[in-house]
Amino acid sequence: MDTYAWMVRFAELVSADAERLTRLDSAIGDGDHGSNLDRGMRAAAEALSADLPPGKVLMTAGRTLVSKTGGASGPLYGTALRRAGKALGDASEVGAAELGAALRAALEGVQELGKAEEGDKTMVDALAPAVTAYEAAAGEGLATAARAALDAAEKGAEATVPLQARKGRASYLGPRSVGHQDPGAASTVLLFRALAETAASS
Amino acid sequence: MTAHVGIVLISHSRALAEGAAELARQMGVGEVEVRAAGGAEDGGLGTSLDLLETAVSEADQGAGVVVIADLGSSVLTTRTLLEDREEGGTEVVLADAPFVEGAVAAASAAAGGADVAAVTRAASEAWDFRKT
Repeated sequence: MDTYAWMVRFAELVSADAERLTRLDSAIGDGDHGSNLDRGMRAAAEALSADLPPGKVLMTAGRTLVSKTGGASGPLYGTALRRAGKALGDASEVGAAELGAALRAALEGVQELGKAEEGDKTMVDALAPAVTAYEAAAGEGLATAARAALDAAEKGAEATVPLQARKGRASYLGPRSVGHQDPGAASTVLLFRALAETAASS
Repeated sequence: MTAHVGIVLISHSRALAEGAAELARQMGVGEVEVRAAGGAEDGGLGTSLDLLETAVSEADQGAGVVVIADLGSSVLTTRTLLEDREEGGTEVVLADAPFVEGAVAAASAAAGGADVAAVTRAASEAWDFRKT
């Protein structure tokens, strides 16, 4: 698994979708998700180089996101990537099983930091099912598992539409948060789209 | 002179953090280091881990630092800072407290010589200041 290509692709997808993410966040949050994550991932992509070991790539991307993003997505995605990178350790090659453990560590890091459960209308609603689907398909190889994770993330993000937010700025809206997709879940889909595309082409 | 516990106020808004710090400093009677970490690095709305790190080190007089945060990413940014801190440094704690009332209560307690645990408790007790 080429984690460098994964992160660069994630940065491209966030950039391409920044306006849509910000629009989703304007409906139920503070309207900065797309621009913040775009700024953070641009800085992260610049800080990376292809010759770093896979785990180090994710840790560097995570650290850059934490300091450069400026909103809640910085600490959350930053923690996810740093935990994933830490789980990969110094390995020079990353296979389907190792990546599964890294994704699980990322989910745990996000939940520890943000205290969100599934159903709270957050990025966890896309991330948790994606990790579970990945693990279930990991035996069939990286590309298949990554594709399964993407499908689950998309379904999870779509399922946030009717939910009432219990975490983040959207929770201040109460029932008015119903009827909109959670922007963090939407950007999590992009993380898994980038993974699936990278895994498919390797 | 014994060192006082330092206070750091982190908010999405630079003006809000600095305004709350102004109020808290008044209660700190010139003895408590109250630092604001408000807004993003460019001064717009947001939170910055780098600004928070600077504020914490400036507020630290050797007796520890209590951080009071406003919304969402202020809390997450502070938790991230705490996770990254190495063992053995001065104690830094995130208080579960309302932003303005907690800041004022924390600065008052710190000025009275309270330690980190007592300042944190004073900040949390500010939830009980009912207004009606």
